[in-house]
Amino acid sequence: MRLVLERRAERSRLMGWLSPVVAVALTLATGAVIFSLMGLDPARALYVYFLEPVLWWWSLEELVVKAAPLVMIGVGLAVCFRANVWNIGAEGQLTMGALFGSALPILWHEFQSFPVMVLMLLMGALGGALYAAIPAFLRTRFGTNEILTSLMLVYVAQLIADWFIRGPWRDPQGFNFPKSVQFEGWQLLPTLGDGRMHLGAGLALVAVVVLYVVMSRTLKGFEVRVVGTAPRAGTFAGFSSKRMVWFCLLLSGGLAGLAGICEVAGPSGHLQPAISPGYGFTAIIVAFLGRLNPVGVLVAGVMLGISYLGGEAAQIDLGISDKTAQVFQGILLFFILACDTLILYRIRLLRPQTA
Amino acid sequence: MTGLEAVILTIITASTPLLLAAIGELVVERSGVLNLGVEGMMVVGAVCGFATAYTTGSPYLGVLAGILAGMAMSLLFGFLTQTLATNQVASGLALTLLGLGLSGLIGESFTGLPGVKLQPIDIPVLSEIPFLGPILFGQDILVYISVALVFVVSHVMARTRTGLVIRAVGDNHHSAHALGYNVIAVRYGCILFGGACAGLSGAYLSLAYTPQWIENMTSGRGWIALALVVFATWIARRVLIGAYLFGTVWIMGLYAQALGIGIPSQVLSSFPYLITILVLVLISRNRTLTKINTPACIGQTFVPDR
Repeated sequence: MRLVLERRAERSRLMGWLSPVVAVALTLATGAVIFSLMGLDPARALYVYFLEPVLWWWSLEELVVKAAPLVMIGVGLAVCFRANVWNIGAEGQLTMGALFGSALPILWHEFQSFPVMVLMLLMGALGGALYAAIPAFLRTRFGTNEILTSLMLVYVAQLIADWFIRGPWRDPQGFNFPKSVQFEGWQLLPTLGDGRMHLGAGLALVAVVVLYVVMSRTLKGFEVRVVGTAPRAGTFAGFSSKRMVWFCLLLSGGLAGLAGICEVAGPSGHLQPAISPGYGFTAIIVAFLGRLNPVGVLVAGVMLGISYLGGEAAQIDLGISDKTAQVFQGILLFFILACDTLILYRIRLLRPQTA
Repeated sequence: MTGLEAVILTIITASTPLLLAAIGELVVERSGVLNLGVEGMMVVGAVCGFATAYTTGSPYLGVLAGILAGMAMSLLFGFLTQTLATNQVASGLALTLLGLGLSGLIGESFTGLPGVKLQPIDIPVLSEIPFLGPILFGQDILVYISVALVFVVSHVMARTRTGLVIRAVGDNHHSAHALGYNVIAVRYGCILFGGACAGLSGAYLSLAYTPQWIENMTSGRGWIALALVVFATWIARRVLIGAYLFGTVWIMGLYAQALGIGIPSQVLSSFPYLITILVLVLISRNRTLTKINTPACIGQTFVPDR
């Protein structure tokens, strides 16, 4: 018996909706198997992991804090991947955004008024965009593959950040801990009430709405889709593929940088070596789970936010490593890609023909 | 042992994992498949190799476990991209993300434990030659294997029927299919070979390079191996040159740090990554050179019509 793919006459709309749902269901089923292999009650483990995070007000708040950067980076990457531009260095752009945005509060700590916050956010987005401009330039000028360059720059960005935080930007009163001075007042993002939910969530929502409109209602969105699916047709239509590379990388880099400064000026309040728990990489999964569609990304970002929270909860309640979260995220991406096959193909099982 | 000898010995140990991973990926890419999951297969190979060697006490069983783990990971990639015809770039990324998570989980209970070192095999008499002896004839078995692999792959690719079929599949899968070759089967074979090499490379890191398990210990070597294949313009012997070049850069950075010259350690640590970018730019600038050797069907999915 063997598996055979049969091309559908057209994309299956039903499967387009169904495939992310099936992928999540399969991931949960795999999770149950893994938990029972670890000697845990699978029902309780899944409850702690995926349901408890959404049952309490404080954990819902925490979920928004985790989902905001994922959504913000994810929408940018969704546009990139649509256009067949493979920016996988969002983690580095996030780091650069965090560094650029932190320059003002660290170097000019007395600057305390509304403009400082706006400037910080702008600098953050600028830092991410500038850092993403490097692979864009190398790709358009020399034809260098952006996958490898953007990824290599992640390591470089983290080393640069490490140097700043241990070197010139270290808090002189910080007992030699590798962290910057604590941001204060206008240098911190406003939060909702006394909670941890901050302006970053609002900015993520704005990004989703804007990119939804751009992608579905404007010529630019059409251009992205044409260049991505049929580059030759795009050339005939007069769309420049170089301009597209620049557009995608600057956009996704800027959003990743914005997410970076929001992380520093939001939940942590100071620069430290570990700026993000891999949001830039997880956002790749978010983009695919959201079917490269801005609104889908919003839902997907929340789901992957749950997996981060579930990992932390499972570590406390079940005594298992929070690394399981990363494994789940990886498995999820596999299932998403596998299920997406169903959109274009029918799967048939062929029995060997007996002659 | 003289200072220079020690430097050369460390360069060899730093270059071997890059060489192993890159030569495997070269075969994969020659068959028209781009597997971006090298880093993931490598890190799982490293943790499985370490865990097996630690529990059994035998580094050779560890090496075997590393190979098998790499192959298992690559099989996952093969199933997705070949049987289910998924996007290769995305599937490779998935493999890397999964591998990094999985290795962290498996390796958690092994962090900080003393490892089992793969001992060098001293070839009698020859290894006693001053200076050259320890460098050429006093290495562990994987160093010999890695160099031998380059020449075997180079020969198979250029001079045998198998190599011709692999190249045909990579350059035009429709024609190869029309000629009656099973494109999917050939690609599965190459992907498994690549997985075995990446797993072996990971096992080398955790058993010979630094015999211990550290999370994310591959630190981008899988990605550098991918860049090496481009650097070598898909020609096996050039991978040997490239891998040793990068190994040298890596070690020079470490030595410069140890000597404490006035450069911040972070600058030196970023050298391998920056040089990878530089090399990629230099190679891709030469459009004809890359165009001649790039497998024409690289990254494209193939679904056979029955």
